[in-house]
Amino acid sequence: MSGRQDRQTTPDATPGTKPDTMTRPPGEPRGHSPGGTYLGMPAFPQAAALSTRDGRLRANLRHATHTIRAKRAQAVAELDDWDRLRRAGAAVKDRTLRHLDHYLLQLEESVTRAGGTVHWAADAAEANRIVTGLVRATGETEVVKVKSMATQEIGLNEALAGAGIRAYETDLAELIVQLGGDLPSHILVPAIHRNRGEIRDIFREHMARWGRPAPEGLGDRPADLAEAARLHLREKFLRAKVAVSGANFMVAESGTLVVVESEGNGRMCLTLPETLISVVGIEKTVPSWRDLEVFLQLLPRSSTAERMNPYTSMWTGTSGDGPRSFHLVLLDNGRTDTLADQVGRQALRCIRCSACLNVCPVYERAGGHAYGSPYPGPIGAILTPQLRGMASPLEESLPYASSLCGACFEVCPVAIDIPEVLVHLRERVVEGGPATLRGTRTVIKPARKHTAERAVIRATGWTLDHPGVLRHGQRLLSRTRRLHPRRLPGPGRAWTDTRELPTVPAEPFRDWWARARGDTA
Amino acid sequence: MRVGLFVTCVNDTLYPRTGQAVVTLLERLGVQVGFPMDQSCCGQPLFNTGYRHGTEPLVLRYARAFRDYDHVVTPSGSCAAMVRENYPRLAAKAAAESRGEALTEAASDAAAKTYELTEFLVDVLGVTDVGAYFPHTVTYHPTCHGLRSLGLGDRPRRLLEQVKGLELRELAGAEECCGFGGTFAVKNPAVSSAMGRDKAHAITATGAHRVCTVDNSCLMHIGGILSREGSPVRPVHIAEILAATEGAR
Repeated sequence: MSGRQDRQTTPDATPGTKPDTMTRPPGEPRGHSPGGTYLGMPAFPQAAALSTRDGRLRANLRHATHTIRAKRAQAVAELDDWDRLRRAGAAVKDRTLRHLDHYLLQLEESVTRAGGTVHWAADAAEANRIVTGLVRATGETEVVKVKSMATQEIGLNEALAGAGIRAYETDLAELIVQLGGDLPSHILVPAIHRNRGEIRDIFREHMARWGRPAPEGLGDRPADLAEAARLHLREKFLRAKVAVSGANFMVAESGTLVVVESEGNGRMCLTLPETLISVVGIEKTVPSWRDLEVFLQLLPRSSTAERMNPYTSMWTGTSGDGPRSFHLVLLDNGRTDTLADQVGRQALRCIRCSACLNVCPVYERAGGHAYGSPYPGPIGAILTPQLRGMASPLEESLPYASSLCGACFEVCPVAIDIPEVLVHLRERVVEGGPATLRGTRTVIKPARKHTAERAVIRATGWTLDHPGVLRHGQRLLSRTRRLHPRRLPGPGRAWTDTRELPTVPAEPFRDWWARARGDTA
Repeated sequence: MRVGLFVTCVNDTLYPRTGQAVVTLLERLGVQVGFPMDQSCCGQPLFNTGYRHGTEPLVLRYARAFRDYDHVVTPSGSCAAMVRENYPRLAAKAAAESRGEALTEAASDAAAKTYELTEFLVDVLGVTDVGAYFPHTVTYHPTCHGLRSLGLGDRPRRLLEQVKGLELRELAGAEECCGFGGTFAVKNPAVSSAMGRDKAHAITATGAHRVCTVDNSCLMHIGGILSREGSPVRPVHIAEILAATEGAR
């Protein structure tokens, strides 16, 4: 481990300088995060409402997101060709996705030629089966893990545990989440919802159960917390025979996988064990090293606000030193279905930088857990319903988890028009329509719970398309204005619980116009 | 130059003063304004909630109502953005469903000639001093659609800076969304209100007497919270400031 390993994943974001306003016993999972799994989570509005009442969570998130936000803006402003880089990134991804069938086969061939073995997993269950089988074949019952979104997505740790295999997270923030029996709430900084006092308590209380205990009298200084994690993890790095990782990029022409990170813990996992198993979403493919260059500029500035990330690990099969055995599990899990959607497919450009989370006013107040998946924030709101389908109230509610303010689109390094996709997915919720599910073209029915809303919308649409009727309605509203209550009953409470209603004028504009201009056309 | 006023359904029903201000202002600048009575709503609330098909008749209605005008001016950043950004999108989707001809024509015609008020003043009329007098301290909240969809930039500010008697106060975190978001305000009331309260506190902290925007829908939410929280700051549409002369000069 190099001297830099004690740096935080993101400046100031994890233990660092967050306000210490702890009010809850350490390690106790948040009320709305059912310890360790995203299954059966409530719909977004309910979960988010709970978060808005958690003052400490709000303070932690506000401080952390605003800090990263400002630094990103600075790092991006340094480049005068940022817009062109961004367009290039989007173009490379679009071209690759358009010919993904070709590049994936090329990738398989390159990886195989370099001594690796490629496995194809259609869904989470298949990927978990493959990885479990591969670990079992080594005879080991422990694996060390590089921070990976794909393995979170498929619930690999839980699947391995079911097979008697312990998976140790080695990214500092993921370690905090794992020790705390918690769920990640941010893509880059999974423990963003924890402050350093909480982290100290989690280390003190839970490290011993997972291996080397926390040092006696551990305080909450960032350097002390990092040292405790270093000692705890070193034991794991030196003992592990099998590592599991994801990858940020896969270069089809050479079969090279790339992991970018800040701590160096990933590199320990990628180099020391004998067997390396990488689970990677198929959309992480780039055709060539030339293409990779674009993303190695876009990603660090967007995500950690660095010009270059501290550790970039690249490996090609089993050539060179490092693991003797390398397996690549290519994960579909809804990606091909997403690719079939002409508007929604741009979500597959995502390079998991989390810039959209850090500028999102909704994420800042709802917190990551409310999104019910390892992909929170704006990107999660368009990715989760597409990858999983909209089978549950949670996924149906995610496209509405946005005021469509557009801050996410503005900062996205691969120009994903998130508001456009959100509205597109809302359409799928309320109007249904054609979609691809598990490779089959189908027509989705409109969501049932929107029946009442649909009736109201239909009536509204009809009225708006009949200005004569609309005018009668406006006049009725104006004439009864003295009778309007200050607080509305039923669904109207969603407005008047926190806001006054506007005062209805004596006459609508069009009546004034007709009167003042004698125009009754 | 035939200029049509698209007043928007929100202003028509709830904020007629804003529409009247646009008429006063444009006429003072020598522009003749027409108001086609068969106009209605741009369809934004339906479209943004997912009811694309239900929006289509309103797109056709908009284009029909303003067929005989060279320019359409609207005192709403989000409605202008709806017409310019989403009409073409909606038409493209309809075309992909092989029934887009009338919509494609309507959308491209509407999108090409629709302007948000401050854009029209600065870009088409080429004025920033509109001869207004408004002796109050004012803070300006750039709404999301104005800021990010239309790219209004400093146009509203340049107009406000020329208003006599007006003192402009900087708003902290100005570019952050107020939390209105159309149906978002009632579908996610907790988050929407939390955003709105933060915005309201920032507004009150400026010490200004008025908060103005280019959109009354955002102001309805901001103003509703300001007044529930007992803040002395009052919401006002930028058109009403630019139209004001308050008898002075």
